[in-house]
Amino acid sequence: MKFEDEPVPGYPLPILPGHTSPGRLERVLRAGVFAVTTELDPPDSADPEDVYRRARVFDGCVDAINATDGSGANCHMSSLAVCALLTRVGYAPVMQISCRDRNRIAIQGDILGGAAMGVCNMLCLTGDGVETGDHPQAKPVFDLDCMTLLEIGRTLRDEHRFQSGRKLTFAPRVFFGAAENPFAPPYEWRPQRLAKKVAAGAQFIQTQYCYDVPRLAEFMRRVDDLGLLDRVFILVGVGPLRSAKAAEWMRTHVPGIHITDDIVRRMAGADKPALEGRRICVELIQEIRRIKGVSGVHVMAYRQEEAVAEVIASSGVLDGRTPWHPRRDHDLQLQGAAS
Amino acid sequence: MSYAARRWSVRHARGLDACYRVFERALVALHPFWQRIGYERVEKPVAAVEKAVKGLLFDCRMCGQCVLGSTGMSCPMNCPKSLRNGPCGGVRANGHCEVDPEMICVWVEAVAGSQRMRAGDAAIRVVQFALDQRRQGRSSWLAVAREGAGAST
Repeated sequence: MKFEDEPVPGYPLPILPGHTSPGRLERVLRAGVFAVTTELDPPDSADPEDVYRRARVFDGCVDAINATDGSGANCHMSSLAVCALLTRVGYAPVMQISCRDRNRIAIQGDILGGAAMGVCNMLCLTGDGVETGDHPQAKPVFDLDCMTLLEIGRTLRDEHRFQSGRKLTFAPRVFFGAAENPFAPPYEWRPQRLAKKVAAGAQFIQTQYCYDVPRLAEFMRRVDDLGLLDRVFILVGVGPLRSAKAAEWMRTHVPGIHITDDIVRRMAGADKPALEGRRICVELIQEIRRIKGVSGVHVMAYRQEEAVAEVIASSGVLDGRTPWHPRRDHDLQLQGAAS
Repeated sequence: MSYAARRWSVRHARGLDACYRVFERALVALHPFWQRIGYERVEKPVAAVEKAVKGLLFDCRMCGQCVLGSTGMSCPMNCPKSLRNGPCGGVRANGHCEVDPEMICVWVEAVAGSQRMRAGDAAIRVVQFALDQRRQGRSSWLAVAREGAGAST
């Protein structure tokens, strides 16, 4: 799919009627197209090229790239800076905002600053506890939680004011998202929690890794019963497993990740586990796509980012389209001239 | 010990809810009394009593903006991330906390407790505003008395 007004890097797109952001992700979702997002692992470096190299891996297979904010409470380049670098060349980043490290004064400043630098999508998260990361001696802030963060973000955008009531002269034009984990207890209450997030201002959701399609289907049914499908776009988290051992480690050590015994067994029985992991991921994407209300997938392939293009291509979810990337139109012209 | 007491309170959310409703009416009715002595003057002693009672029953952290009535008598300030709007995505399969594996997630408890409340689980679905950190350590009871009296006049 190609829009007539494709972005000039560094300049915002016009905002379409009914949209809250000039961003490409919101356009794709509102156009009813199956969207693909992924996650960039921010470097432990101050070199911008490290960011661009990591982004280029996803060229042509994703609509937006999440920049994590100290994920797992580990220190990396900031999400705001990664996003600012990405928007300079035209990428559509999703700026993750965690409540762990900053209070409401810093966060509201970052929302304005991010929007000013062309960030159109922001994902509001509570964040992991500092205990799990590389700086367990740090002070956890948690002045806000994901829900109050969403509410404050929406106030900035729609009411043009800070939480204090002080007016903004120009409001941030942002598409706000949140996370959800249908695979953690209390299961029966998870759809309710999603409803709360939507009420607080979430417009899209990216879920935790899905390795249990029946449980996701049940969750989506309940979300539909609550009448939420018209009000929020749900992108389901997926990711290729590397080995049975990695799967076992993830499900025992990473809180909130639920991997079924069937999948671990399948990984253990495979001759080429990495290949099997990608095959399982492709199958999951295809099954997930058939569930009513799923608007896209969010592919998280930590330290095997090069697998994303292959998995997305094999799954066929892009239906032949090439999402925008800085070289796309140039490449298409070359192809046109050659043929 | 306090953990056991806290869990007992969630199991008895219905009874505690009923007791609190009576107590709240008394608090509000005493508004002229609080006002005569001066809210600021009674703040310290009342907060001390509140801390002792609610500390014993709920492991109360004196956030000053009590929401026990909407969280099934499970105090959300015991969540290591002090989440006041529902559980995070890290809850373990056995319902325990991701940060403190020995503790049952306060929100798993809250959802169970909210089913026992007389008004049902409508309150737990309401989005709670961001905490006012200035109220940390101050009495929620006096705030309720003051606001309750303000609302009725």
